[in-house]
Amino acid sequence: MGRIQLKQVKKAFGDVTVIPPLDLEIEDGEFVVFVGPSGCGKSTLLRLIAGLEDVTGGVIEIDGADATGLPPAKRGLAMVFQSYALYPHMSVRKNIAFPMKMAGVPQDEQEKRISDAARALNLTDYLDRRPGQLSGGQRQRVAIGRAIVREPSAFLFDEPLSNLDAALRVGMRMEISELHEKLETTMIYVTHDQVEAMTMADKIVVLQAGVVEQVGTPLDLYRAPQNRFVAGFIGSPKMNFIEGPEAANHGAHAIGIRPEHLDASTESGAWKGRVGVSEHLGSDTFLHVHDTGLAETMTVRVDGEFGLHAGDDVWLTPDPDKIHKFDAKGLRIT
Amino acid sequence: MARAVTPSRKAFTTVVAGLLGLMMFFPVLWIFILSFKSEGDAIKAPMEILFNTGWTTESYGAVQERSDYFKHFWNSVIISVGSTVLGLAVAIPAAWAMAFVPGKRTKDVLMWMLSTKMLPPVGVLVPIYLIFRDLGLLDSRVGLVFVLMMINLPIIIWMLYTYFREIPGEILEAARMDGASLRNEVIYVLTPMAVPGMASTMLLNVILAWNEAFWTLNLTAANAAPLTAFIASYSSPEGLFYAKLSAASVMAIAPILIMGWFSQKQLVRGLTFGAVK
Repeated sequence: MGRIQLKQVKKAFGDVTVIPPLDLEIEDGEFVVFVGPSGCGKSTLLRLIAGLEDVTGGVIEIDGADATGLPPAKRGLAMVFQSYALYPHMSVRKNIAFPMKMAGVPQDEQEKRISDAARALNLTDYLDRRPGQLSGGQRQRVAIGRAIVREPSAFLFDEPLSNLDAALRVGMRMEISELHEKLETTMIYVTHDQVEAMTMADKIVVLQAGVVEQVGTPLDLYRAPQNRFVAGFIGSPKMNFIEGPEAANHGAHAIGIRPEHLDASTESGAWKGRVGVSEHLGSDTFLHVHDTGLAETMTVRVDGEFGLHAGDDVWLTPDPDKIHKFDAKGLRIT
Repeated sequence: MARAVTPSRKAFTTVVAGLLGLMMFFPVLWIFILSFKSEGDAIKAPMEILFNTGWTTESYGAVQERSDYFKHFWNSVIISVGSTVLGLAVAIPAAWAMAFVPGKRTKDVLMWMLSTKMLPPVGVLVPIYLIFRDLGLLDSRVGLVFVLMMINLPIIIWMLYTYFREIPGEILEAARMDGASLRNEVIYVLTPMAVPGMASTMLLNVILAWNEAFWTLNLTAANAAPLTAFIASYSSPEGLFYAKLSAASVMAIAPILIMGWFSQKQLVRGLTFGAVK
């Protein structure tokens, strides 16, 4: 079981409030991602759940029981750190065995769980090495192995992939998702990378300055962002925002349209502009269009073979069903 | 970008470094040479000593005959090891607390501790001498262990502090998440990671205590006198005994030199720890 509830949880460091009172429910078996820009309080929130920081106010319940005052060890949670935080003086085997040793798991049971975890994480050949002799990806797998063998009620991941190179990151992302499907254990995952959030999460919690901006499935957030912050944060490249008369035509203070929902043409369209920088990714090209009179730059996704160059004229047409409308406070108008 | 090093430049720096090394090592080398000369030869001009005199081990025999080397040796061992062990016992908890639970004034406390090293020791000689006299600690090994421990304590604490600071906090948090109690955290995680730092601190402190001359000379007479007093006894008002003085010096520095030689890798690592990341 791994149902976690935060009730009016608050955190302040001295006079500085990093997390104003916040409510959040995490269901058993859910993969929840906390996402937000640096310094938004997502790691602090995770550390509050872990028990590594004390709350300033409010209640944290794990499986219905008050865990607010419990030390980390008593909460039945396992954590994977950004720096892996392996014990450098212990072999991989001993690293993985450590939580079981602390819990007094019998020796033969320990052996069994270690070999199971090693097999699942492709670590069997490395069990007798020290962490210093492993690559970044292998170290991360050891850290995950150390978390698995505890059979925790929930896993906490604190930006676990940010020290890995891009290719490895995609692979580990898959592995963690597969692990979640296999174990069906609650996972809370902190990242600043919205791609990780979109691809892995059952539920995304978007945070800014300690405040929950929106909670929902990845597609909910993509299709119906509650405010301009979420609209701009989720999706890559960022949503284009247009204010002024064009927005007023739609009865809004500002409208937003994603790069993939703009159609580009060399002949005709709703808005005329001039191509600035174009980023060729192979399958797609992102055009940065200037001089539209709407916003400084409009980003458009076009086909990889779309033959336009800097300085060329281009016409843009938005998909009318995909226009997001926001009021003066930045909230969504439905 | 690395600067290009031409062969001539390399040769030049090698020669300069060699000369500097020789300059530092020369006194030790000269003592070593003199210790194998007769008293008469040892006061001759340097070039004559090197090329026109014979070699003898008579000074070593004379020194051994006139004073008890092993008594002094054991006093040195007991005083340097004793003060180191006692120093570590005090410094480990102190450095630990400052490294892992730093307060607002931790830096000030560290600076204050170091500042005591800026005071000339002779400034506190009289009070300490009087205290030792009243407590009956003069010329006792216990007294010297205490004094040397206190003299070196700031350095031990500083070294341990920088070591402990290098242990990443996330690893300790991981241990906490893994269910380790404070006791187990200390035994299984912190201590093994801190041992290399403690070892080099210990080595350095043994060397410092072994070579310490001011307090050992001033607070001892016969019973607790370590090797420093053993050397000093050969530069006496009766006259100069260069050869015997040199022989005594070689015998006094040999054990620590050998120890330092075998542990130099550990020592250098300890002294430069944290300087380069």
